[in-house]
Amino acid sequence: MQQIVNFLFKNSMLLLFLLLLGISLSFTIQSHSFHRSRAITSANAVTGYTYEQINKVELYFSLKDENDKLALENAQLKSLLFNKKDTVLSAVPVNLGIYKVIQSKVIANSYSRQENYITINNGANSGIKEDMGVVSSQGVIGYIEKTSAGYATVITILNRKFRLGAKIKKNNHFGTLTWNGKSTGFAQLIDVPRLATVVKGDTIVTGSESTIFPENIAIGTIEKVYIDKKTNYYTLDVRLFNDMTSLGNVYIIENKDRTEIEQLQQATAPTNE
Amino acid sequence: MNSTVIINILRFILLLVIQVVLNKLDLFGFLNPYLYILFILLYPVNGNKTVLLLSAFLMGLLVDMFMDTGGPHATASVVLAYLRPTFFKFAFGVSYEYQTIKINDRLSPERFTFILISVVTHHLILFLLEVFRFSLILTTLLHTLYTTIFTLVVCIIAIYLVKPAKQ
Repeated sequence: MQQIVNFLFKNSMLLLFLLLLGISLSFTIQSHSFHRSRAITSANAVTGYTYEQINKVELYFSLKDENDKLALENAQLKSLLFNKKDTVLSAVPVNLGIYKVIQSKVIANSYSRQENYITINNGANSGIKEDMGVVSSQGVIGYIEKTSAGYATVITILNRKFRLGAKIKKNNHFGTLTWNGKSTGFAQLIDVPRLATVVKGDTIVTGSESTIFPENIAIGTIEKVYIDKKTNYYTLDVRLFNDMTSLGNVYIIENKDRTEIEQLQQATAPTNE
Repeated sequence: MNSTVIINILRFILLLVIQVVLNKLDLFGFLNPYLYILFILLYPVNGNKTVLLLSAFLMGLLVDMFMDTGGPHATASVVLAYLRPTFFKFAFGVSYEYQTIKINDRLSPERFTFILISVVTHHLILFLLEVFRFSLILTTLLHTLYTTIFTLVVCIIAIYLVKPAKQ
């Protein structure tokens, strides 16, 4: 007993070091795992409050840009509305009713790392839950990873964990949207079948099988086409419509039928995992 | 509570606040200096090592929270805090504990060596864990190099600004 106590006492520094190292390493590894979300996020009261205060100051410097963007979006919506003046009621698709939109604001944005997140100033209190889609007036941004009472973190397109089913608008060929970690202006659409005719400049939009996003939300345009030698699929460089380095107002999309669809899919899929 | 303890607590809070603001810098789109490690470097040489380890861990964890990185800052800080005596021995000689070393003083070769080796160690661990991919090892090393230079310059400027040499 005496010897154990002596040993612990003599090596207390080393043991404490190993303990702390173990804790922080497990946080790190957990944060890189695809299947589990991080334990340490900026969606908590302290960091959320701090970022909100900083954002209040920063907001004054980008007021003009934000106003321009919102005015532009207003104009687009107005033109949609005016063009459908006499058919407003019947022109609304039946399935539009399943989506609910919540407005929010980005208070912290990162884009210089391999795994980038943004923090928004609405959380569980505003009805935001995990895995809701986040878009701006120009297109897809990402989806919610974690929420606290007043804040939420978002995995953006600029994150190596990000996966989204997307398609070429013109001919409905599907692929998976990922990011290779190189440029903030471009994402990659992988696994596009060679049957598809891809032309530089074609628009990429969200696919119909996603339960997070509605169909046909803009993502970007095709910039470059590569042929993957190993799999004979196309890999496309997609120029994003959004400037991911300057984000202001965003919208969170809630799919009210999501849990129902997922339960149904889980009940149907064979359990071979 | 003596003045050293209060100074260190204040330094902890101040450096954390500065770090949160510095994270907005993104020079050339990706460069950020990590000034908060000054807390670990400037901690008293003969101070309580347990407190240093714990506060370095806390500091790293808070920076991780603010940057949404998950844990690399905490890991790198803990390792740096643990290895600090070894670096002292390397830079100032074996009998460093009996001298009155002050890091925040005029820049001598010994002090520069100490700061350099600490920053390199910290940043290497930080970026290896943050990127976490062997396929990107070259980019990681380059990133480490640039950020090390940046942090080094900012650290030395900060030391000079706060404590001008009285000669």
